[in-house]
This record gives sequence, C-alpha cells and structure tokens, in this order.
Amino acid sequence: MRNLIAFLRKYSFFFLFLGVEVLAFYLIFKNNHFQGSSFLNSTNALTGGIYTKYANIADYVHLKEVNDALSDENRRLRENQLQSYDRIFGENIMVDDTLYKKKYLYTKARVINNSTHRQNNYLTLSIGQNNGIENGMGVIGPNGVVGVVKNVSPNYASVLSVLHRESKISVKLKKSQYFGSMQWDGENYRMIGLKDIPNHVDLTEGDTVVTSGYSSIFPKGLHTAVIKTFEVPEGENFYKIKMQLLNDFRQLTYVYVLKNITSTEVQELEAGREEGDD
Amino acid sequence: MIKSILAYPLQFIVFVLFQVLILNNIQLGGTVNPFLYILFILWLPIELNKVLVMGIAFVLGLSIDVFTDTMGMHASACVFLAFARPSLLNILAPRDGYELNVPPTAGALGWFWFLRYAAIGILLHHSFLFFVEVFRFSEFFDTVGRILASSLFSLVLISLAQVFSSNTEDRR
Repeated sequence: MRNLIAFLRKYSFFFLFLGVEVLAFYLIFKNNHFQGSSFLNSTNALTGGIYTKYANIADYVHLKEVNDALSDENRRLRENQLQSYDRIFGENIMVDDTLYKKKYLYTKARVINNSTHRQNNYLTLSIGQNNGIENGMGVIGPNGVVGVVKNVSPNYASVLSVLHRESKISVKLKKSQYFGSMQWDGENYRMIGLKDIPNHVDLTEGDTVVTSGYSSIFPKGLHTAVIKTFEVPEGENFYKIKMQLLNDFRQLTYVYVLKNITSTEVQELEAGREEGDD
Repeated sequence: MIKSILAYPLQFIVFVLFQVLILNNIQLGGTVNPFLYILFILWLPIELNKVLVMGIAFVLGLSIDVFTDTMGMHASACVFLAFARPSLLNILAPRDGYELNVPPTAGALGWFWFLRYAAIGILLHHSFLFFVEVFRFSEFFDTVGRILASSLFSLVLISLAQVFSSNTEDRR
C-alpha cells in the first residue's frame, strides 16, 4: 500500500497530465458532432464580436474583389431573367408563371471568419437565430456550394465548410446526370474529390459538376466545380476524380443562407417511410 | 515583480488576439500555418509551479480553440507542451543549474540555448496538434511534412519576437 502511494506521488504530475488530456479529448469528441451545439465556439458574443470588429476593418482590403464578384453575379442573374429571352414562336406559347412554386428563401450574410488551411474548416457568419437561421441550412457563395450551418447563436452562425473532411455534398455531372458525392481530402483548398462515379461514364476535363438536389439543402443544378483530372485505379469500378471548386474560399465575403420551405414536408414523408419499413 | 505579474495577463491577451486575427490568416502554400502563441508558455518563469503552468497552458489553448472552432485541439497540444517543459528545461540546464529568477529568454540564457529550447518545444507542440487534427496515421509523411514546415515558420516568428523583446529589455 505504501508502495502504491509512493508510486502515485512520484508520478502525480504524469497522472495530472493524463487527467487534463482526457478532459481536452472529451471536449474534442463532444464538439465533433455535426449538430453538437455548445457555448464555447466562435458564435458566442465575445468571439463573434471581436471577429465582426476585425471584419469591419479587413473588408476594405477586399472591396475590389468583392465588387467584381458581385457584379459578375449580377450579370449572370440578368442574363437569366425573362427580359433577356425572346419568345421562340411569337405569341403562340403562353408562359404560366403561377405553375412554379417558391422553394428556397435566401438570406444574405457576411463572412466574418474563415479558414482554408486546416483539415476541417469552418466559417462564421454575421447573422444568427434573430435572422431566422437554423441548424442544417445550406450556405452558397457567388459560385456554388459553401457549406452547411452547424451552430447558431442569437447573432452569429458557424458553418461547416465544404473544406471539411467529414463534409459530403451530393452532386451530379451536368452532362450525363450521374450522381456522386463531393468530399475534400485536406490538401489544396481549390481542389476537391468526387466519388462514386462508375467507370463506364464518359468524362472529359472541364466537365461541369452541379448540385444534385437530393439532400433538399441545396437547390438542384447549382454550378459548383469543374473536373480537372480523373483516373480509374486498377481493379476498381469507380473513377478517382479531382475537381476545381468554382468558389475561391479565400475570397468569400458575402454568402447566402438558404431556407428550404418544403423541407419539413420531405422529412416527414421520409421519416414515415422508414417507420413503414419496420 | 508586481509589474511582471500584471504584464502576464496583458501578454496573454495580446498573444491570443495576434494569433487568431493576424497569424491564422497567414498561410504559405495553403496548409502551413505558424503558431506564435505558444511562446507565452515558453516564456513563463522557470521556477513557476509546473501544475500551474499546465493550468495556464490549458486555458491558453482553450482560448485559441474558442476562436477557431477546434474545441480541445489546441488545449490538448498546449497541455502536452506544459507536461514536457520541465523535462526539456532539465535536459537543457547549464552545468550548475539555472540561477534563481532567470527568465527562459535568449537575453538571459543565450541564443544557442533559446533556439534549442524553442525548436524542441515547437516540434513537440506542433506534432501533437497536427496528429490530433488529422487523427489518423495513414497519411503519416504528409502530416510530418506539414509539421516540419509549420514548425520552421513558427521558429522564425518566435525568434523574431524574441529579438524585438530583447531590444526593449536592453533599453530599460
């Protein structure tokens, strides 16, 4: 017994070290959950406030790039407006606008903190619960998918970036409609991997990849990336594809948070289906 | 003495803010990121109770984590550094041991001593941090490469910080 006490005393510092490490790792795992919400993150009032102040100053440096990106986006939107189209057969076709139903609401948000250099990257936005932001909403930039809201406080929101190793987005090839999932490998912040495309599909460099719309977080057909390189590893049935993201994550300043108005309906339906299978 | 006790909390805040607002925006080649804030742990007085050092390291790491949404990651790496620091100081001790109230700086113990002290400390901290971050050994050499690159970058910055602080020390 005395030996045991002597042993514990001799290595007390080591045991303290182990104890504190266990606490630290508990924090790591507890906060790794996709939906795990906690007070200690970049969306609380203190850290969010400091980031906002900093962003207020730093934004001036990027004004030129931001203006370029916004005016480019405006140009694209104008191109797609009805005024830019001409009716093909004169007055013979009637376009009945009311057949369309609105599915997504957009909220504009400013990025006040952003990282691209870590293995798992997050963004912090300057809007939160008070602006109607909820967990699980999609976030898009001027050129496609940015991420999914992971954590919200009254005034700030934390976003799980596409540049996160656990983040998977359902996408499809615009040309052939084959779908796969987009996942980052943690190497280069401009490049992203595409999985689950079978090897009989015709691919060419520069093919556009768009969102599939299956997850209902993002609208269908959002241009997100272009294929850069592809190969079939020996003995496998699926391509190994590298794509370039259209968004430059280093330059993200303004993004849009999407609210899917019909998502509860879809979720209820799918939940009911799973119960029915039992 | 009183002055230095007041100086530490201020230094703490400056290190944390400088790290999260300035340095975290600096990346060479996409993945190489310097961590200057651990200099706060390295600079703590040699005689300071090692349990207290560990507590301070935990709080320091946690402060960085809160800003970067990496809950617990920096805290665990800082605690590891605090755990290794007494042994590191022992190994590098001069033949007659440290004099009382000598700060672990280049000005007091020489550049040769400080560079070894800082380099080993940085390597320990960065290795722990980067492996906890990827949490797998499968891309071992890739991770080791990033550790070495970031460590070098951090060492340069820490040496620069040491040069500037020595200058102000001399002037006093």
